[in-house]
Amino acid sequence: MSIEFYPRVSPWREIERIQREVNRIFNRLSGLEETPYPPLNIWTKDDVAIITAELPGYRPEDIHLSIKDGYLNIRGSRKPAELKENEVFLRQERPAGEFERSIRLPFEVNSEKIEARFHDGILNITLPRAEQDKPKKIQIK
Amino acid sequence: MSSKETRIKVREPEKTETVEHLREHKTFLPAVDIVETPEEFRLWVDMPGVDKKSIEVTLEKNILTIKGHTPMVYPEGFTLNYAEYEVGDYERSFTLTETINQDGIEASYDNGVLMLRLPKVDEVKPRTIPIRTS
Repeated sequence: MSIEFYPRVSPWREIERIQREVNRIFNRLSGLEETPYPPLNIWTKDDVAIITAELPGYRPEDIHLSIKDGYLNIRGSRKPAELKENEVFLRQERPAGEFERSIRLPFEVNSEKIEARFHDGILNITLPRAEQDKPKKIQIK
Repeated sequence: MSSKETRIKVREPEKTETVEHLREHKTFLPAVDIVETPEEFRLWVDMPGVDKKSIEVTLEKNILTIKGHTPMVYPEGFTLNYAEYEVGDYERSFTLTETINQDGIEASYDNGVLMLRLPKVDEVKPRTIPIRTS
Protein backbone atom coordinates (compact mmCIF):
# COMPACT_ATOMS: atom_id res chain seq x y z
CA MET A 1 0.00 0.00 0.00
CA SER A 2 1.34 3.38 -0.82
CA ILE A 3 0.04 6.87 -0.59
CA GLU A 4 1.48 9.56 -2.79
CA PHE A 5 1.15 13.18 -1.94
CA TYR A 6 3.17 14.51 -4.84
CA PRO A 7 2.99 13.75 -8.51
CA ARG A 8 5.71 11.41 -9.65
CA VAL A 9 8.50 13.40 -11.18
CA SER A 10 11.58 11.74 -12.54
CA PRO A 11 14.66 13.48 -11.09
CA TRP A 12 16.19 13.55 -14.59
CA ARG A 13 13.23 15.39 -16.01
CA GLU A 14 13.38 17.83 -13.19
CA ILE A 15 17.09 18.45 -13.81
CA GLU A 16 16.35 18.88 -17.50
CA ARG A 17 13.62 21.36 -16.78
CA ILE A 18 15.82 23.40 -14.46
CA GLN A 19 18.66 23.34 -16.94
CA ARG A 20 16.43 24.51 -19.77
CA GLU A 21 15.24 27.30 -17.59
CA VAL A 22 18.76 28.36 -16.62
CA ASN A 23 19.97 28.08 -20.21
CA ARG A 24 17.13 30.23 -21.38
CA ILE A 25 18.04 32.96 -18.91
CA PHE A 26 21.72 32.86 -19.86
CA ASN A 27 21.03 32.70 -23.55
CA ARG A 28 18.84 35.72 -23.26
CA LEU A 29 21.59 37.58 -21.41
CA SER A 30 24.42 36.62 -23.73
CA GLY A 31 22.42 36.57 -26.93
CA LEU A 32 23.75 33.12 -27.68
CA GLU A 33 21.87 29.94 -28.35
CA GLU A 34 24.46 27.52 -27.08
CA THR A 35 24.01 24.00 -25.88
CA PRO A 36 26.38 22.84 -23.19
CA TYR A 37 29.40 20.92 -24.42
CA PRO A 38 29.71 18.04 -24.82
CA PRO A 39 26.10 17.16 -25.66
CA LEU A 40 25.03 14.18 -23.65
CA ASN A 41 22.25 11.67 -23.27
CA ILE A 42 21.25 9.89 -20.09
CA TRP A 43 19.75 6.43 -19.97
CA THR A 44 18.44 4.69 -16.88
CA LYS A 45 17.32 1.23 -15.89
CA ASP A 46 16.50 0.26 -12.33
CA ASP A 47 19.65 1.08 -10.41
CA VAL A 48 21.99 1.90 -13.26
CA ALA A 49 22.46 5.08 -15.28
CA ILE A 50 24.37 5.35 -18.56
CA ILE A 51 25.67 8.69 -19.71
CA THR A 52 26.79 8.99 -23.32
CA ALA A 53 28.55 12.02 -24.78
CA GLU A 54 29.60 12.89 -28.31
CA LEU A 55 33.28 13.80 -28.32
CA PRO A 56 34.56 13.26 -31.85
CA GLY A 57 38.24 13.91 -32.39
CA TYR A 58 39.21 13.41 -28.76
CA ARG A 59 41.43 10.57 -27.66
CA PRO A 60 40.62 8.69 -24.44
CA GLU A 61 43.66 10.28 -22.78
CA ASP A 62 42.26 13.77 -23.55
CA ILE A 63 39.16 13.15 -21.43
CA HIS A 64 39.13 13.24 -17.62
CA LEU A 65 36.30 12.01 -15.44
CA SER A 66 35.83 12.41 -11.72
CA ILE A 67 33.08 12.06 -9.15
CA LYS A 68 32.74 14.29 -6.15
CA ASP A 69 29.84 15.22 -3.87
CA GLY A 70 27.23 13.72 -6.13
CA TYR A 71 28.51 15.39 -9.29
CA LEU A 72 30.16 13.79 -12.27
CA ASN A 73 32.77 16.06 -13.75
CA ILE A 74 33.87 15.71 -17.38
CA ARG A 75 36.70 17.80 -18.72
CA GLY A 76 38.99 17.64 -21.67
CA SER A 77 40.81 19.52 -24.34
CA ARG A 78 41.59 19.20 -28.01
CA LYS A 79 44.00 21.26 -30.02
CA PRO A 80 42.90 22.61 -33.36
CA ALA A 81 44.90 21.70 -36.44
CA GLU A 82 48.06 23.76 -36.72
CA LEU A 83 48.69 25.55 -39.94
CA LYS A 84 51.94 26.11 -41.72
CA GLU A 85 52.69 28.96 -44.01
CA ASN A 86 50.55 28.92 -47.17
CA GLU A 87 47.86 26.87 -45.41
CA VAL A 88 44.42 28.32 -44.77
CA PHE A 89 41.23 27.24 -43.07
CA LEU A 90 38.33 27.22 -45.51
CA ARG A 91 36.02 25.95 -42.77
CA GLN A 92 36.61 25.71 -39.05
CA GLU A 93 33.47 24.44 -37.39
CA ARG A 94 34.70 21.63 -35.16
CA PRO A 95 34.86 22.43 -31.47
CA ALA A 96 38.39 22.78 -30.12
CA GLY A 97 39.86 24.07 -26.92
CA GLU A 98 38.93 23.18 -23.38
CA PHE A 99 35.65 22.16 -21.89
CA GLU A 100 34.41 21.30 -18.45
CA ARG A 101 31.03 20.15 -17.38
CA SER A 102 29.48 18.86 -14.17
CA ILE A 103 26.39 16.74 -14.01
CA ARG A 104 24.42 16.21 -10.84
CA LEU A 105 23.83 12.52 -10.36
CA PRO A 106 20.32 11.46 -9.33
CA PHE A 107 21.62 8.90 -6.88
CA GLU A 108 24.73 7.94 -4.97
CA VAL A 109 27.03 5.99 -7.24
CA ASN A 110 29.26 3.06 -6.42
CA SER A 111 32.46 4.67 -7.64
CA GLU A 112 34.31 1.34 -7.61
CA LYS A 113 32.03 0.02 -10.30
CA ILE A 114 31.91 2.93 -12.72
CA GLU A 115 32.86 1.93 -16.23
CA ALA A 116 33.86 4.35 -18.95
CA ARG A 117 34.49 3.41 -22.55
CA PHE A 118 35.32 5.54 -25.53
CA HIS A 119 34.60 4.30 -29.02
CA ASP A 120 34.27 6.10 -32.35
CA GLY A 121 34.02 9.48 -30.68
CA ILE A 122 31.36 8.46 -28.18
CA LEU A 123 32.00 8.34 -24.46
CA ASN A 124 29.92 5.82 -22.56
CA ILE A 125 29.85 5.92 -18.75
CA THR A 126 27.99 3.28 -16.77
CA LEU A 127 27.10 4.37 -13.24
CA PRO A 128 25.67 1.79 -10.85
CA ARG A 129 23.76 3.00 -7.85
CA ALA A 130 25.45 2.48 -4.51
CA GLU A 131 23.99 -0.36 -2.47
CA GLN A 132 23.35 1.85 0.58
CA ASP A 133 21.45 4.34 -1.56
CA LYS A 134 19.02 1.84 -3.07
CA PRO A 135 15.45 2.26 -1.89
CA LYS A 136 14.38 -0.23 0.74
CA LYS A 137 11.02 -1.88 0.57
CA ILE A 138 9.16 -1.69 3.82
CA GLN A 139 6.94 -4.56 4.57
CA ILE A 140 3.60 -3.62 6.11
CA LYS A 141 2.42 -6.16 8.56
CA MET B 1 23.66 20.52 -14.18
CA SER B 2 26.13 23.21 -15.09
CA SER B 3 28.47 24.03 -17.89
CA LYS B 4 31.35 25.92 -16.38
CA GLU B 5 33.26 26.67 -19.48
CA THR B 6 32.00 26.59 -22.98
CA ARG B 7 34.25 28.19 -25.50
CA ILE B 8 32.77 25.95 -28.05
CA LYS B 9 29.93 26.21 -30.48
CA VAL B 10 28.21 22.98 -31.32
CA ARG B 11 25.30 21.14 -32.77
CA GLU B 12 25.09 20.71 -36.44
CA PRO B 13 21.93 21.93 -38.07
CA GLU B 14 19.64 19.30 -39.36
CA LYS B 15 19.99 18.82 -43.05
CA THR B 16 17.13 20.02 -45.19
CA GLU B 17 15.94 17.01 -47.05
CA THR B 18 15.69 17.28 -50.78
CA VAL B 19 15.30 13.56 -51.25
CA GLU B 20 13.17 11.73 -48.74
CA HIS B 21 14.80 8.97 -46.80
CA LEU B 22 12.80 5.86 -46.23
CA ARG B 23 14.48 4.99 -42.98
CA GLU B 24 13.25 6.70 -39.85
CA HIS B 25 16.55 8.38 -39.46
CA LYS B 26 17.43 11.99 -39.24
CA THR B 27 20.30 13.27 -41.30
CA PHE B 28 22.66 15.86 -39.88
CA LEU B 29 25.21 18.15 -41.42
CA PRO B 30 28.50 17.14 -39.85
CA ALA B 31 30.81 19.85 -38.53
CA VAL B 32 33.96 20.11 -40.66
CA ASP B 33 37.38 21.67 -40.69
CA ILE B 34 38.85 22.20 -44.14
CA VAL B 35 42.41 23.28 -44.72
CA GLU B 36 43.75 24.19 -48.10
CA THR B 37 47.45 23.93 -48.78
CA PRO B 38 49.22 24.56 -52.08
CA GLU B 39 49.23 20.78 -52.69
CA GLU B 40 45.98 19.49 -51.25
CA PHE B 41 42.74 19.91 -49.32
CA ARG B 42 42.55 18.33 -45.86
CA LEU B 43 39.16 17.67 -44.33
CA TRP B 44 38.14 16.57 -40.85
CA VAL B 45 34.52 15.56 -40.59
CA ASP B 46 32.91 14.93 -37.19
CA MET B 47 30.82 11.78 -37.52
CA PRO B 48 30.69 10.21 -34.07
CA GLY B 49 29.29 6.72 -33.90
CA VAL B 50 28.98 6.05 -37.62
CA ASP B 51 29.54 2.61 -38.99
CA LYS B 52 32.97 2.89 -40.61
CA LYS B 53 31.93 0.57 -43.44
CA SER B 54 28.97 2.76 -44.31
CA ILE B 55 31.06 5.86 -45.01
CA GLU B 56 30.82 6.94 -48.63
CA VAL B 57 32.98 9.60 -50.18
CA THR B 58 32.20 10.48 -53.76
CA LEU B 59 33.69 13.06 -56.04
CA GLU B 60 31.63 13.75 -59.09
CA LYS B 61 32.85 16.50 -61.30
CA ASN B 62 33.90 18.94 -58.61
CA ILE B 63 31.29 18.06 -56.02
CA LEU B 64 32.54 16.15 -53.02
CA THR B 65 29.88 14.29 -51.07
CA ILE B 66 30.39 12.60 -47.71
CA LYS B 67 27.83 10.23 -46.23
CA GLY B 68 27.79 8.06 -43.16
CA HIS B 69 25.17 5.88 -41.54
CA THR B 70 24.87 5.65 -37.77
CA PRO B 71 23.46 2.40 -36.44
CA MET B 72 20.82 2.94 -33.78
CA VAL B 73 22.33 1.11 -30.86
CA TYR B 74 20.50 1.61 -27.61
CA PRO B 75 21.44 0.15 -24.27
CA GLU B 76 19.06 -2.74 -23.90
CA GLY B 77 16.26 -2.34 -21.41
CA PHE B 78 17.26 1.25 -20.65
CA THR B 79 15.03 4.29 -21.00
CA LEU B 80 16.29 7.55 -22.42
CA ASN B 81 15.63 10.04 -19.64
CA TYR B 82 17.44 13.06 -20.83
CA ALA B 83 18.69 13.95 -24.31
CA GLU B 84 20.83 16.71 -25.74
CA TYR B 85 21.79 15.06 -28.97
CA GLU B 86 20.04 12.88 -31.45
CA VAL B 87 21.49 9.97 -33.31
CA GLY B 88 21.31 10.12 -37.07
CA ASP B 89 23.10 9.83 -40.36
CA TYR B 90 25.50 12.41 -41.69
CA GLU B 91 25.64 13.91 -45.12
CA ARG B 92 27.31 16.95 -46.60
CA SER B 93 28.54 18.16 -49.99
CA PHE B 94 31.13 20.70 -51.06
CA THR B 95 32.02 22.23 -54.37
CA LEU B 96 35.75 22.13 -54.87
CA THR B 97 37.33 24.94 -56.78
CA GLU B 98 40.26 22.94 -58.03
CA THR B 99 40.78 19.69 -59.87
CA ILE B 100 41.55 16.75 -57.62
CA ASN B 101 43.74 13.79 -58.43
CA GLN B 102 41.11 11.11 -57.80
CA ASP B 103 43.66 8.31 -57.46
CA GLY B 104 45.50 10.12 -54.71
CA ILE B 105 42.55 10.56 -52.32
CA GLU B 106 43.21 9.18 -48.85
CA ALA B 107 40.57 8.57 -46.19
CA SER B 108 40.71 7.35 -42.61
CA TYR B 109 38.24 7.19 -39.71
CA ASP B 110 39.48 7.54 -36.18
CA ASN B 111 37.80 8.48 -32.88
CA GLY B 112 34.63 9.50 -34.70
CA VAL B 113 36.34 11.74 -37.23
CA LEU B 114 36.67 11.10 -40.95
CA MET B 115 39.88 12.54 -42.31
CA LEU B 116 40.34 13.12 -46.02
CA ARG B 117 43.28 14.24 -48.09
CA LEU B 118 42.44 15.41 -51.57
CA PRO B 119 45.56 16.12 -53.60
CA LYS B 120 45.31 18.71 -56.31
CA VAL B 121 46.35 17.66 -59.80
CA ASP B 122 49.83 18.76 -60.72
CA GLU B 123 48.73 21.36 -63.24
CA VAL B 124 47.09 23.53 -60.64
CA LYS B 125 49.94 23.45 -58.17
CA PRO B 126 51.47 26.88 -58.10
CA ARG B 127 54.65 26.99 -60.07
CA THR B 128 57.30 29.60 -60.18
CA ILE B 129 57.91 30.70 -63.70
CA PRO B 130 61.33 32.11 -64.20
CA ILE B 131 61.38 35.28 -66.18
CA ARG B 132 64.39 35.65 -68.29
CA THR B 133 65.71 39.03 -68.88
CA SER B 134 67.84 39.75 -71.82
